[in-house]
Amino acid sequence: MSVHSTDRRPSQPVRHLSEPPVVRWGLTAVALAFLALFLLLPLVTVFLEAFGHGVRAYLAAVAEPEALAALRLTLLAAAIAVPANLVFGVCAGWAITKFEFPGRNVLTTLIDLPFAVSPVIAGMVFVLLFGRQGFLGPWAAEHGVRIVFAVPGIVLATIFVSFPFVAREIIPVMEAAGTQEEEAARVLGAGGFQTFFRVTLPNIKWGLLYGGILSNARAMGEFGAVSVVSGKIRGLTNTLPLHVEILYNEYAFQAAFAVASLLTFLALVTLVVKTVVERRLGVASEETRPEAAVAGTG
Amino acid sequence: MSTAAASPSRRSLLPGFRLTMGFTLLYLCLIVIIPLMTLPVRSATMTWEALWGTVSDPRVVASYRLTIGASLVAASVNAVFGLIAAWVLVRYSFPGRRLVDSLVDLPFALPTAVAGITLTAIYAPNGWIGRFLEPYGIQVAFTRVGITLALIFIGLPFVVRTLQPVIEDLDVEVEEAATSLGATRFGVLTKVILPYLYPAWLTGFALAFARAIGEYGSVVFIAGNMPMRTEITPLLIITKLEQFDYAGATAIALVMLLMSFFLLLAINVLQGWTTRRLAN
Amino acid sequence: MSIEVKGLRKRFGGFQALDDVSFSVGQGELLALLGPSGSGKTTLLRIIAGLEHADAGTVLFDGHDAAARHPRERGVGFVFQHYALFRHMTVFENVAFGLRVRPRAERPVESEIRRKVNELLGLVQLDYLGSRYPSQLSGGQRQRVALARALAVEPKVLLLDEPFGALDARVRQELRRWLRRLHAEIHLTSVFVTHDQEEALELANRVVVMNEGRIEQDGTPDDVVEHPATPFVLNFLGQVNIFHGRVQDGTAWLGPLALEYPEHPHTEARTAAGYSRPHELDISRSDDGGGLWGTVSDVRMAGAVVKFELLDDQRSPIQVELGREQYAQIRAIIGESVYVKPRRVRVFMQEPGG
Repeated sequence: MSVHSTDRRPSQPVRHLSEPPVVRWGLTAVALAFLALFLLLPLVTVFLEAFGHGVRAYLAAVAEPEALAALRLTLLAAAIAVPANLVFGVCAGWAITKFEFPGRNVLTTLIDLPFAVSPVIAGMVFVLLFGRQGFLGPWAAEHGVRIVFAVPGIVLATIFVSFPFVAREIIPVMEAAGTQEEEAARVLGAGGFQTFFRVTLPNIKWGLLYGGILSNARAMGEFGAVSVVSGKIRGLTNTLPLHVEILYNEYAFQAAFAVASLLTFLALVTLVVKTVVERRLGVASEETRPEAAVAGTG
Repeated sequence: MSTAAASPSRRSLLPGFRLTMGFTLLYLCLIVIIPLMTLPVRSATMTWEALWGTVSDPRVVASYRLTIGASLVAASVNAVFGLIAAWVLVRYSFPGRRLVDSLVDLPFALPTAVAGITLTAIYAPNGWIGRFLEPYGIQVAFTRVGITLALIFIGLPFVVRTLQPVIEDLDVEVEEAATSLGATRFGVLTKVILPYLYPAWLTGFALAFARAIGEYGSVVFIAGNMPMRTEITPLLIITKLEQFDYAGATAIALVMLLMSFFLLLAINVLQGWTTRRLAN
Repeated sequence: MSIEVKGLRKRFGGFQALDDVSFSVGQGELLALLGPSGSGKTTLLRIIAGLEHADAGTVLFDGHDAAARHPRERGVGFVFQHYALFRHMTVFENVAFGLRVRPRAERPVESEIRRKVNELLGLVQLDYLGSRYPSQLSGGQRQRVALARALAVEPKVLLLDEPFGALDARVRQELRRWLRRLHAEIHLTSVFVTHDQEEALELANRVVVMNEGRIEQDGTPDDVVEHPATPFVLNFLGQVNIFHGRVQDGTAWLGPLALEYPEHPHTEARTAAGYSRPHELDISRSDDGGGLWGTVSDVRMAGAVVKFELLDDQRSPIQVELGREQYAQIRAIIGESVYVKPRRVRVFMQEPGG
């Protein structure tokens, strides 16, 4: 292998072993046109619409108390959901990759389940569980706990939809790292937690960050599931995406886009961090690049 | 009895199996399994006739048709352009390639509600593109075309991202071997490269399709939501919920859930195929 | 078909892969390109196949410039180091590929393709594996499929890149013998690349030794072993002891050794070095000329030979290899001082100023 690769330095393949230039340019043009139409144009539109009535109108829309309340709730939901998912991801990763047990594949499939479920159904199951006609509804009402159409429901729905991201990114990284380093640490006398914090965690930190970012993007951006459980009470159970919908349906387009631009900005930050972390992961382990994240925001 | 109680067969030098496995299963049950179980349990309380009556109602059937049809078209468009985009991004170099590559994930990162209002703003009759189409009598927003466009947007990264690593891992020597055996470039592409990509390509298509079936946020704004014409199934569920018709909503949700399970199964089979085909 | 390579140059960035390389391969020859990694041998092979462009120089097939010919029209069969089999095709389809992709007018009919592929699979002794996939074969079997696939298009030249590089020692031996027989049978002009001198010497009629993009020597296996043209060739083809010194007035002075060196009858002294292989040195207890001596620091029985390591008065090591019988006569032990008598020393002058 090494003989081979050093003997032949990387180089562009011979021209006639690739497509003819006309085909290359044609395909590039088609691909770029497609991506520009579906990615770039919407991105530009958000900001142009948001600032369409000037910076002052933009700031007014963003600083509106209801928008701020929605922002607070969005941050709160993410602040609960993301750490919870991180802990879960690490636990699931440890159990699945460091031990062998029957039903391992079933467990990984179950973790992926929320990706396969429509966000509307994700929200709906919590209404069925805790709603007034739900299984636990009467019990909740008796104890004066409001879950559906209140903040706890929003948090639960957010956790559900953002739940697989961390575990999904962590498992391949931990799988690739194997158990030898941990076993060596144990043999050298490290305790269980020492082993985890000194050996495992440094190995998976980029994967953890990556999963956390994806989980966060989904948590802050979720619409369908949250929409079902929220009841959309202004200033109380409104998240930013729901606030965008309300403003839009009230024909306050510019304000809707102003709030949307906040979420778009968040998405761009997510993309930047994702790109940086992906490169890091690529450098750390050329072979075990985490597979493309296969789910988005609802 | 449970998997948690079964002690791991090997690797037992490491601690924490019971703790982590216990927490994993508890969390999974509380957040995913128990909530999802409400669907079949709830629908079990319905009579067969009531269940069938709900899911075969013409308005509901029309929504399946629309949802599945638009999702199929969107996934197909993504399959074609996603293949081209993945090929171009991996094989050709042009200025801004890495930027474009990062941007492909936008639909994953952008909240769907934002995507929904933005696409509507672009394709509405007075919108950025819509205003140029209007004079020709082409309406995009509030029609099935608009729904399909939204589904193309949210499914776009799937095909690109599943194909990219496979294209990167293509062995250049295999192409050279085919060339030296006398194949034309077109022959190499169709007889050697595409057969390698088929499983991943199909997986990407299935993922985009599965995502489109359940999509709600980006579609509701551009759909127009006219019963029988532009009403997607997820919206129908929400409508029933808002009318406190929990039984009806449950029945339709169960149909969707079954579809998702079937697709998940298909995707798993496809991924197994991909792994096997790429095995050396 | 004969191949002639003239003045090839190739640069990858700052790396000179080929630097003015010229040689020729006659019809029916089996030629080895031998050299360490990075010596440019694979690049050379790929340029002949048309898989890479040369920066300068020409490749002639039967006297005609091949540059204008696309790789698929060169009539070249190329066997890749890692086989490059089509993983989604059966063994049969892999071999049939070159026939199936021919333009319709030249494509054989299906029955002819079957006959031909089965014949080739028979030739490589894999006729019972036609319906398997490459992933189900062993390394040696894959290599033979790759060979059958290359032969299917009836190439006029066969090019093999490290054909046995990825195989373990035993399979390698077997395939070597097999390839030798095959070449004797079909007599196809063949060039193979290897970094294994044993492989090159055993298999080829002619060996081209390469180093740093240049040809060091071009000759028969016997030539390169017995008459190495440069110190590099000498070094590359096995272990060698080096004695530093100078040449002057037709004599080489290498430490205590004085050897006749008529190639340099001049009075000015030039730095030079003498080279002897371990088996070209004898050990004795009496000084019968030369006066080179060393202390035995290690004795190892290695099958049919006994390997000595001596330290000379500068404490630099000298390797000596004796046959069992010679060893029985001398029986030198560790710590003993003995005289070393070279039966053969090859002297090379260093470049002036070098």
